[in-house]
Amino acid sequence: MTTAAAGSPAVRAEGIVKRYGPTVALDGVHLTVRPGESHALVGRNGAGKSTLVSVLTGMVRPDAGTVSFGGEPAPGRGDTAAWQHKVACVHQKPMTVPELTVAENLFLNRFTGGRTIRWRALRERARRLLAAYGVDADPAARIRELGVEQRQFVEIARALSFGARTVILDEPTARLDAAGIGRLFARLRALRAQGVAFLFISHHLQEVYELCDTVTVFRDARHVLTAPVAGLAEDELVAAMTGEEAGAVRRVRRPARTAGEPVLVTEGLALDGHFAPLDLTVRAGEVVGLAGPAAGGGTAIGETLAGLRTPDGGRISVRGRPVRTGSVPHALEAGIGYVPEDRHREGIVPGRSIAENVTLTVAGRLGPMGTVLPARTREFARRMIASLDIKATGPDQPVSALSGGNQQKVVIARALAREPSVLVAVRPANGVDVRSKEALLGVVREVADGGSGALIVSDEPDDLRICDRVLVVFHGRVTAAFGSGWGDHELVAAMEGMAAAAGGGRGAAVTGGTGGTEGREGTEGREGTGGREGTEGTEGDAP
Amino acid sequence: MTDTARPPAAEAPAGRAAGRGLRPDPARWRDFSLVPVIFVLGVVGFVVSPAFLTRDNLVGVIQQSTELGLLVLAEALVLISGRMDLSLESTIGLAPVVALWLVMPAHGARFAGLELFPAWTAIPLCLAVGAAIGAANGFLIIGLRVNGFIATLGMLTMLRGLQLGLSEGRSIGNVPASFAYPGSADWLGVPAAVWLCPALFALGGAALGYLRHGRALYAIGGNPEAARAAGIRADRITWTVLTLGGMLAAFAGILYTGHYGAVSASQGSGWIFQVFAAAVIGGISLKGGRGTLFGALTGVLTLQLVINVMTLGGVPPLWTQFLNGLIIIVALVISRFTSGEKQD
Repeated sequence: MTTAAAGSPAVRAEGIVKRYGPTVALDGVHLTVRPGESHALVGRNGAGKSTLVSVLTGMVRPDAGTVSFGGEPAPGRGDTAAWQHKVACVHQKPMTVPELTVAENLFLNRFTGGRTIRWRALRERARRLLAAYGVDADPAARIRELGVEQRQFVEIARALSFGARTVILDEPTARLDAAGIGRLFARLRALRAQGVAFLFISHHLQEVYELCDTVTVFRDARHVLTAPVAGLAEDELVAAMTGEEAGAVRRVRRPARTAGEPVLVTEGLALDGHFAPLDLTVRAGEVVGLAGPAAGGGTAIGETLAGLRTPDGGRISVRGRPVRTGSVPHALEAGIGYVPEDRHREGIVPGRSIAENVTLTVAGRLGPMGTVLPARTREFARRMIASLDIKATGPDQPVSALSGGNQQKVVIARALAREPSVLVAVRPANGVDVRSKEALLGVVREVADGGSGALIVSDEPDDLRICDRVLVVFHGRVTAAFGSGWGDHELVAAMEGMAAAAGGGRGAAVTGGTGGTEGREGTEGREGTGGREGTEGTEGDAP
Repeated sequence: MTDTARPPAAEAPAGRAAGRGLRPDPARWRDFSLVPVIFVLGVVGFVVSPAFLTRDNLVGVIQQSTELGLLVLAEALVLISGRMDLSLESTIGLAPVVALWLVMPAHGARFAGLELFPAWTAIPLCLAVGAAIGAANGFLIIGLRVNGFIATLGMLTMLRGLQLGLSEGRSIGNVPASFAYPGSADWLGVPAAVWLCPALFALGGAALGYLRHGRALYAIGGNPEAARAAGIRADRITWTVLTLGGMLAAFAGILYTGHYGAVSASQGSGWIFQVFAAAVIGGISLKGGRGTLFGALTGVLTLQLVINVMTLGGVPPLWTQFLNGLIIIVALVISRFTSGEKQD
């Protein structure tokens, strides 16, 4: 592949229109990526980003508009090989075969040299390819033995090995921890210096500021804005994404109110290998944050409170009454509502309706003697849809057809269905866009304002902004406590293990890195969940 | 949001869509996707033979569907909760044999039993054996967490062998009258089984639709982790379903034994393929969490009608197996496209 002639853009898409039945997924959008540029594409769930990726990778043919690469028109539809030479895509979901070796994955369906596979030569080629992109992975290792980060690099190396000079990265950081993100960005900068152009899709605006030169915003299937990143304030960017005035998102926290009597008390609650004995009190009307990396014990504390894990010792009581530990039904009965970390894994039953999902925890209250009356179920779901403002056609709509933010609202509705005394939410705004995040956290705040308690477990300072106080959990111990009025930097430093002084050292990897990314250490739990588009949840379910 | 800008499957925002009234929901048609097939089979049957559309023939078809139908009912419940049970086809033969072995006289008959219990206990014993087999499957799958497919495949072979050993490979005739009653009695002029089987389907359908534990099956099959996080005792319920499945298979064995007056050594052998075919054709997902009992029932009827029509049409017996397989595949393809859903 020769480098594109000077001046002609690496990718140019113009007037792209794509309709799916009555819905317009792309409405005359345009996008231009210059060689050696890293171009961010941002927008809320359903803005059309994923559809544009499909168009640019030749998976979907637009109803109107043209795509060109380096000044030449795009290959015909179905000519996969030609497309792969033009543009490479690293998808949000892993596209590697876990049981095959790195070498096989790199050259899947591209084994050269006669009829039989020459393994030694294949591994040698793989080694050279990996070395060329500075990926430290053994070609003979199976993909499943690699860490998340290495898998991602293998995917990027494979994508580039087709000779493409343009790479689309769809939420590449969702599966990585802070250090991994730093290394990924360093690698991407090196590639950019070689003239590779990037189209970078992310929900984390901080990453856009770190890595990208130019940002394009889509909203409601339309192109809204293309501007250099430098000189574009984050408020303006958010405003362009949401179509609303800046300032709505970063709301000023209210002063701490006088909290009521304790609703949730733990005494010496401990789980070996996860967290040390924990004494925690959540009062009525209070939102308490547990800050810390996902693997640092916070998630385990949430799961223990919900009854999903059995603690080794200690007691939980709700409104003064002891709760039997290690049993979800007892925790529910006691008044602990739970929002699990990963809605796809533990939150929703994708093929079933909103009504069924919302009423999973209250099935015993929808009719006499163990019966569940459909009319009552729907009525209950309608109330929940209205009170949480879930965007849906009705209670019978399958949850898989909802956008990520609305799916998360269904999970929260399920937790609130029993009117819990205390709501335990692990990363309640996981993988949703800016506006949905605000709405979801608003719901949690309202729960507390209504006289219940709430506990948010998260490693995102944004999630913890609504908290009245925040406890930092590091390696299973509470290491710091903040009242109202903490700053992102001190919180993140505490979450990183009081490594405030080490901030400079890390800054070498993550240039200009601030709270937005650094607080995401050890986020294995988010695999495949970060910021899904509305379509993803429906795969293999809806017609 | 005036313009809906969503990927294809995502729905339009409520503000617009809710006001538009209800569109026909494809999910509702899924259950009826085989009804046209059954109708076509009826027309074909009518053309092929005047005997088809007689009361005796149709009642016969339904009666022959009952035993298979009960196995499909059991399998459907297990599949909806995300598991599978292959051993049902052995339970239908073994449960009656064990029950009869326990109650039949020790001397004087071709088959020597133990005579441990009075004859009237044969039916409860048979159901208990079925339940025990289901519970054993539950122990393997839920308790030990071994692979359910292979575990129940092993059970299938083992139980078949146990039946052969107990019955010495022979048919058991002269079953107690009380045991033969459900499969041989006539109620209101039609076989009792013709009342019992649809009644059990209706009961099962009502339980799935209106009982919290019934609804829980869909949640467990659809996403077990989510069901657990929502406080559903997934393991306990799955175990119960497997036990219930074994009982239903045992009851099918009672009907079959009564119907033919004897327990044959190969009773139920090879049925499990028909059971799965009927369930999947009827819209039950092998991955769990999806399907209805009505759909499963239409699947059973379709398969039985095909056999009936072939018999009436004078298809040479050596060709019936070929045609039976062909029809299963054709019905599968038809149901996939009438319901508009992938069946993977």
